[in-house]
Amino acid sequence: MTALLRATGLRKSYATGRAGLFRPSARFNAVDGVTLHIKPGETLGVVGESGCGKSTLSRLVLGLAQADAGEILFDGAPLPRADTDDWRRMRIRMQLVHQNAAGALDPRLPVRAQVEEALRIHKRAPERAARALSDVGLPPAMAARYPHEMSGGQLQRVVIARALALDPDLLVLDEPVSALDVSIQAQIVNLIRDLQAARGLAYLFVSHDVAVVRHVADRIAVMYLGRVVEEGPTAAFRTGALHPYTRALLDAVPVPDPGCRGGAVPRIGDPPNPAAPPPGCRFHPRCPFAVHRCRAEPPVLREFAARHHAACHRIEEIA
Amino acid sequence: MVLSVNDVTVTIDRPRRTAVHPVRGVSLSLKAGETLALVGESGCGKSMTCLALAGLLPNRAAIASGTLVLDGTDLGTLSPRDARDLRRRKMASVFQDATGGLNPVRSIGWQVAQAVRMRGGATRHAAQQEAVRLLGRVGLPDPERRAREFPHQFSGGMNQRAMIALAIAGNPKLLIADEATTALDVTLQAQILELIADLRRALGMGVLFVTHDLGLVAQHADSVAVMYAGRIVERASTDSLFANPRHPYTQGLLAALPDAMGASARLASIDGTVPPIDALPAGCAFAPRCVRASAICTSTVPDTVRGLACHHPGPRVRPAVPAMQKEYS
Repeated sequence: MTALLRATGLRKSYATGRAGLFRPSARFNAVDGVTLHIKPGETLGVVGESGCGKSTLSRLVLGLAQADAGEILFDGAPLPRADTDDWRRMRIRMQLVHQNAAGALDPRLPVRAQVEEALRIHKRAPERAARALSDVGLPPAMAARYPHEMSGGQLQRVVIARALALDPDLLVLDEPVSALDVSIQAQIVNLIRDLQAARGLAYLFVSHDVAVVRHVADRIAVMYLGRVVEEGPTAAFRTGALHPYTRALLDAVPVPDPGCRGGAVPRIGDPPNPAAPPPGCRFHPRCPFAVHRCRAEPPVLREFAARHHAACHRIEEIA
Repeated sequence: MVLSVNDVTVTIDRPRRTAVHPVRGVSLSLKAGETLALVGESGCGKSMTCLALAGLLPNRAAIASGTLVLDGTDLGTLSPRDARDLRRRKMASVFQDATGGLNPVRSIGWQVAQAVRMRGGATRHAAQQEAVRLLGRVGLPDPERRAREFPHQFSGGMNQRAMIALAIAGNPKLLIADEATTALDVTLQAQILELIADLRRALGMGVLFVTHDLGLVAQHADSVAVMYAGRIVERASTDSLFANPRHPYTQGLLAALPDAMGASARLASIDGTVPPIDALPAGCAFAPRCVRASAICTSTVPDTVRGLACHHPGPRVRPAVPAMQKEYS
């Protein structure tokens, strides 16, 4: 099956600090050579800790940030430059939901008007707004409310409704449930999954929460300091993660069962400054298995099992 | 007992409106060397409880009734100044925002030394040496040099370590960790919690561990108190709470967790949302969301019997798959 979204060799750097008269400002590679694809109807989960570039990645995919290098194909066609008419037409098919639902809504408009606005911008019938709001489980009476009259979970439903009203093929979900309490988080996770089952949506689901990603994703890519260090089917992340960073990340997730106590806490130290990543394998200063080669030579993603890739020199030896 | 909290109610006065009670009749007890987790969702009153313990309640809020006994002394019998001194010597807090909790214009070492002097009355020189020792104790590499640096030169994890060094200066009997690791990455969180556990064992502190993360509770607490809308609804040892939760809210929280190993089934969510504290329903505050609620639940607040505040406690029932629209009452 052809991929709905295919990104190859994406690279994006930002300036850090101020440039001097004769000194260019330092650059910081937020995303450094990321390749990924998403098939129609599939969920790709992207996990990583702060500073790993996962949010930059989601902005690149939507064209909200311009990549320095690399190529993005959406449904076989290259992503047009942002703010062109071609881009706006394509953006109907790819929508964004992020963590801060309250910030994504206008405090001075009732929520239905905000969904209608999105439809009007893309020249769709505004009548679809009511349907979209009921599809995400909001009763009709709630459509007339203002954002401050709604709870965090309800606001996240509104944002999802606004994205879905345009009937997109791809939804980029950047930490969609991270700000929600666990009981509300479960409601939204269920909603996201139900909508996918009903409409065949593809998701790029970006989160720092391994447990949530493992619950919703078909495939998972783990990012560390701008690079994908491991990528494979979700089942592989329940049983046999390959990369030492992924293992540490999974071990660090607290298991809600007092019977599984005393698991080895990964002692991998504090993360380095993402603006000055170490040479070679970026994980080597924290890696218990690092050898000389890891300090000198950046590893590339290699396939170890069916569709299961990892970027580490020593996987064969440490398995 | 390092800490015993008996039937504490916190009241916030509001101009021209009725007062609200973010904490209602909370009782807790904590022994030396033990970790008690206080769990609940946002707005349940867990942070307000901590602020009441630490004597840091905001202006309009006050403890309206109940007693706080810290290491054998009833704080209510002391003058405000003596109560503050006792708290300063016996208890310490670590909050979520470590960087915001540190003074940006003073070096880390100065701030830790200040805490040492405040608690123990050491000389300036001895306090500085003790500060360096404490920074090393919390796992800061090269503490001698780091002590001379400022909070903005530290990463979030390092600032949290510095806050812990500040907290354990002078060996407090009680450490309150209020969402102390929530803002940290998970690999760092594991290491910070391991550090707190080491210190608890070594110093014999009681730790009041406030969190919304049930995974952390299972891994780190000896016993648990679950809060909902200002009240403790269930209190039990960690093992029995996870093995056999009795309150429908606790059961709902546990069922809502994404299961690491399970097949990707639907999560059991709790319908509805937490009621705002100025519009609490009559009776049990959880009744509007509860699968087992009956007439008595909407009229009468349940008493706490052996740590459980529920009219219909019992083993878990498998809730029916909730209809999406049912979320709103």
